[in-house]
Parts: sequence; C-alpha cells; structure tokens
Amino acid sequence: MYTYDAFDETFVTERVAQFRDQVARRLSGELTEDQFRPLRLMNGLYLQLHAYMLRVAIPYGTLTSIQLRRLAHIARRYDKGYGHFTTRQNIQYNWPALKDTPDILADLAEVGMHAIQTSGNCIRNVTADQFAGAAAGEIEDPRIWAEIIRQWSTLHPEFSFLPRKFKIAVTASPNDRAAIAVHDIGLKMVRDQHGEVGFTVYVGGGMGRTPFIGKEIRAFLPKAHLLSYLEAVLRVYNQHGRRDNMFKSRIKILVHEIGADAFRERVETEWAAIKDGPVELPAEELARIAEQFAPPAFETLAAVAPEFEMRRFEDRAFARWARANLFPHRQPGYAIVNLSLKPEGEPPGDASAEQMDAVADLADRFGFGDIRVTHEQNLVLPHVRQKDLYELWQALLPLGLATPNIGTVTDIIACPGLDYCSLANARSINVAEDITRRFSDLDRAHDLGELKIKISGCINACGHHHVGHIGILGVDKKGEEHYQITLGGDATETASIGEIVGPAFSAARIVDAVETVVTTYVGHRAPGERFLDTYRRIGMKPFKDSLYATH
Amino acid sequence: MPLIKDGEVVADVWMHAGDEGPLPPDQPVTVPLARWQRERASLLARSAPLGIRLTSDQLAPEIGADAGHFAVIVLVFPSFRDGRPYSTARLLRERYGFRGELRASGDVLRDQLLFMQRCGIDAFDIADKAATAEAWRQAMAEISVFYQPASDQRVPVTRLRHRARAAE
Repeated sequence: MYTYDAFDETFVTERVAQFRDQVARRLSGELTEDQFRPLRLMNGLYLQLHAYMLRVAIPYGTLTSIQLRRLAHIARRYDKGYGHFTTRQNIQYNWPALKDTPDILADLAEVGMHAIQTSGNCIRNVTADQFAGAAAGEIEDPRIWAEIIRQWSTLHPEFSFLPRKFKIAVTASPNDRAAIAVHDIGLKMVRDQHGEVGFTVYVGGGMGRTPFIGKEIRAFLPKAHLLSYLEAVLRVYNQHGRRDNMFKSRIKILVHEIGADAFRERVETEWAAIKDGPVELPAEELARIAEQFAPPAFETLAAVAPEFEMRRFEDRAFARWARANLFPHRQPGYAIVNLSLKPEGEPPGDASAEQMDAVADLADRFGFGDIRVTHEQNLVLPHVRQKDLYELWQALLPLGLATPNIGTVTDIIACPGLDYCSLANARSINVAEDITRRFSDLDRAHDLGELKIKISGCINACGHHHVGHIGILGVDKKGEEHYQITLGGDATETASIGEIVGPAFSAARIVDAVETVVTTYVGHRAPGERFLDTYRRIGMKPFKDSLYATH
Repeated sequence: MPLIKDGEVVADVWMHAGDEGPLPPDQPVTVPLARWQRERASLLARSAPLGIRLTSDQLAPEIGADAGHFAVIVLVFPSFRDGRPYSTARLLRERYGFRGELRASGDVLRDQLLFMQRCGIDAFDIADKAATAEAWRQAMAEISVFYQPASDQRVPVTRLRHRARAAE
C-alpha cells in the first residue's frame, strides 16, 4: 500500500491549514456562501438537504486498518456514528458541522488521507479494481497507476476548472470490476504482441441523463507515456469541451458531437507535442511507487485447505456464505473475502463506527491489515488464508457483515436519494430496503444467480441504474415518487446501457414490478443462464408483456 | 482593480483600447484579437509597445505564431469557473515561447492565483479591490509541494524526491 513520505505529509498538512483559513473567513462573514462554495467543494464539502456532507477520498478503494479506524473515529466524534461508502469507493459523512470540518481534515491528514478533489469540476478520486493485487489473471497491480494518476492530478494547475467533473478508472484484469466503460477515461492494462505492457484507452463513457459507453481511442498506449497522453486528453477537453450548458459539458458529449475519430486526431496531435516531455514520470519515481504495492508476505500453502473443505461440508450456512462471498485468490491457499454492506432492510453501503473498527481488527488478524472498498458499496478483505475463513465468518456474523449475497438480487447499489440529496426526485434507500426484504429467502436469491439491481433517485444516475441488469430510476410524476425500470444494463467488460421497459411504477408497485421481472426471467431461463444472458437472448418483449399485461 | 506584478501592487500603464477608435501615438495599448487581425499592419507600425487581449474562447494557436509582437497578452477570465485560459497560458509559454507579460484579468480571485501563476501568468488584475501584495504572497506560500510540472520553475516532487535520495 502507498505510504505518504515527508513531501506528501507536508502537502496535506498545508492543505488543511489553507482550508482552516477559508472556513474561518466564511464563519466570520468575510466570505459569502457564494464565494465559499467553490472552496469547500475543492475539499469535498457539499451542502445537502439537511446539513453539510463531507466526502472523503479513498484512492482506488484501498485502506489500511489504521485508516479505517480513523474513519470510524470520525464517524463517532463528528457524525452520527456511521458513514456511507459510495459507488466511487469513497466514504461520505452526512452530518458534520462546518466548524468541525478543518479538524476532520486534520485527523485524516495524520493517517495519509484527505478530501481533495472529491467534488468540483476537476479530476476526481481515481478508482480501480477492488481485487487489485489479489485476483488471478491480473497484468500488473492497477493501483500503481491509479496512485500515479492521483498524484499527477492533485491540484493540477491547468485542469482544476474543467467544463465538468472528470472520472478516471483503471483495471488490469480481463474481468472489469471497475466499470471503466462508464468513466470519462477508462484504462485497461493490456499486453501487446511483443509482451510489452500498456493501456487500452477508452474515453467518453458516462451515465447521467445521456449515458454512453466509452469509445476506444487508443488500442495500445505504452505505459511509460500514460501521463503525457492523459495530459493531452485533458487539454483537448479543457479547451474544447462545452461550457454553455452544464448538461452537455462532460467529455462524453464532446466525443459524441465531434466523433471518436476527430477526437482521437486532436488528442494525437496534442500528444505528439508533449510526448517525452517533462510530464512523463521519471523511471525512478515509477519504481518508488511500484515497490509500495509489492505483494504482502504470503505463506506457501496448499491450493486447498482441508479445514476449509471440512467446514463447508459440515456447515450449510458457512457453505452458502463461501459460495456467494468468496473469490479465488491468485496465491494458493488464500481467498478474497467480500463483506456485504447490504443486510436485509438496511441502507446499502452504510457502516457503523463499531463495524469499521471491527473490520480493521479482523483485517489485522487475518488479512495483512488491508481493506478494500468496492464500487458496488461493499468491503473486501483481499488476502485471507483459507484455513482462517471459518473463524473470520463466525466473527463477521454478529457484526451483520456476513450476509451471503454478493452479486445477487439483494446486493443493490443505491444512491442516497431524497433522504439526503437535494437533487433527487425520489427516495432510493427505501426501495432498496424493500427489495432486500422481498428477496430475503437466501435459497431463492442464490437460485436467481448473478442479478444486479441499481437504483438512482434522479437522472444524474449516481446509483448507476443505466448499467444495472435491472435499473430503477426515481422520477417525479405530478409531485409523486415514481420509478422507471430499465433492463439489460451491464458495467463490466461486456458493458451496455439498459433500455427503458415502459411507463414508470408508483412507489407502492415498484417492488412487485421487480418481482414480475424476476419471475419472467425464471420462466424463460435456460439451465445455468444468468439474468443478463436471458435478457440478451429473449429481448425486452416478454418482460414488457408481463409487466404491463394487467393495465 | 489592483494590478499585482512580481509580487507588488503596480500601476497599469496600459491603455486597453476597444474594437475601434483612435489610438494614442505614444502610449502602450492592448487591443482585442479581432482588431489585431484587422489592423495588423498599422498596429505594427506604431512605435509604442503593443498588447493583445484574448477572451476565454480565443485559444493559443490563434496568436501563437505572432506572440513575439506583443509585450503583454491579457487573458480574460469571464468567470473563475472558465478554465480555458489556463491551457492558453501554458501553451503560450511552453509551446510558443512567449516571454512577455502574461496577465490574468476578469474574475481573478485570491484562491486561483497559485494555479494561474503555475501556468505562467505573471501579472494579476485582481477582482477584489482589497487585494494586497501581502495577500498575494500568502496565496503563493500556502502550498509548497507540487505534484506535476507546469510553466513555473518549481520542481515537482516526482523529481525532488530523487534528488533528496541521491544527496543522502
């Protein structure tokens, strides 16, 4: 994991002092709310429906146990005892007082964290595959590159006032768990025919009111040139992205309007002028960052631990959890463990201070003190010995962190919705809670297999509904909350945008409608076929017919 | 509005002329891009120094080749949110080799000064009437660690770290 050196420490400390001065100027009335707004946004501080909201960056979703304990401390001391993990692998606190925010940032700085560029029209916190360093088939640890991008983009003097926000995601695995296709820039690590490592670069993906899958603008970028190429893309966007209409100012609109070929040409022209220039990362700096992501001291173990096999055989509940929440690890005898933040009837992604502390302790005990946050709003212990899994599971049960539902119908992404957000048309959290109650039968959920439901409270699509196998979008119909259903969305390497199935459903009917969609799938699926594959095979019509048959 | 250059509040000796109208023969003047394009020959024939003003949508390539004719280039920020002049400034400095005064004008606020200075801007027509040289120095001194090269002379940490190591 990347550890701050003296330069990084100086930087975050100076940044806290700067913000403390800005907050003091606001509290004294020297700054109006209008003047203060851009300054607080640069430190992740929003003004929401009821209170300020502070969004803390968790770069590429990686935390140490020390950092997670500090997040728990902040939840306890400055908030209402919990935090909310987001689809961008960050954490949000919903109830901080303005006067406390400099102290929160100071507490974060002590453990090498900050809230810089978690909002505003700048390069946002960089996200990556949550299984980095653990998944089989990975080309390199993508966090090396995510950290390089994080540093390069930090207070970038040219790109801090872009037309609109800008999100970059990195994956190095053939299975895309970072949703790179729906990012402003998606980077996929690949090997060319000579074995050289580089990136395939996708630009212009995104959700919101105009969803697009990113277009490939470079099949192979040698990794040594990553920063010059990114600088070229950002410069083209900064100069030519639309600034006349906030809803058309993301890079996806520029790429769409001028076309991927014309966009590629502009980038290549700009890149030719700065390639091999001062922005390229010095080789010794790449080496310095890369060595910090070296694998932990794994033991040499047999591929399968007999204790694990025995427990699975004996304990049905453990077996069910193991089947749903474990992922194969590249190191023999280890497993990747997902901790579900989606228990029945609770808001997706919330964690209490007690849960955070307990996870930090378990990470120290069983997993090298390494914790990950997923864009699907769960936590991960990436490196656990198989022989420890039963003990870990028993410790997770009383914490409410052992719900065996990863990737299933109840592992729902939802935005904060109208309960917190000033942009929302409708609530999201209650719909998610109701769906988890409706599908609380674990055998049924398991039988349904991989089924991703994603809920957004408005067209800004923070809940990723466009890429849900079943997407739910909150809309306002004559002052009443209604919900539109989309089907067939996918955020992975086979990405697609979901299609609207028909008129929206009332709040009272949306859960029944979801159940109808699920039942229709069950009626049509071939043996072992996932929802998404059935949908792609049979199309919209059978779903539409069953949803609107009684109207 | 106070003009700050080289860390000091200075008087603005430039006359900022409109799209048409007579120009004083001996005073330094800046003109909008359109006037430069229209009256290029007569503007070059004047003996007093010449400057140009660019709106945020007038990008560096429009005058890059002519940059040597200008003693000052004024970049106008219509709103602090419009970040195009940052790219224009860097390109004028780094690609077109402009060595004269690069002045930020318009919605120029204290909390953007450091970004501007890093992009090669060296004169600041600050919107806040209360702006002082002291406030400018504070804005320059708030952050001392820089993560990427730009148009200023500051050495980014990507290199500093290894100088420090080599010296150990």
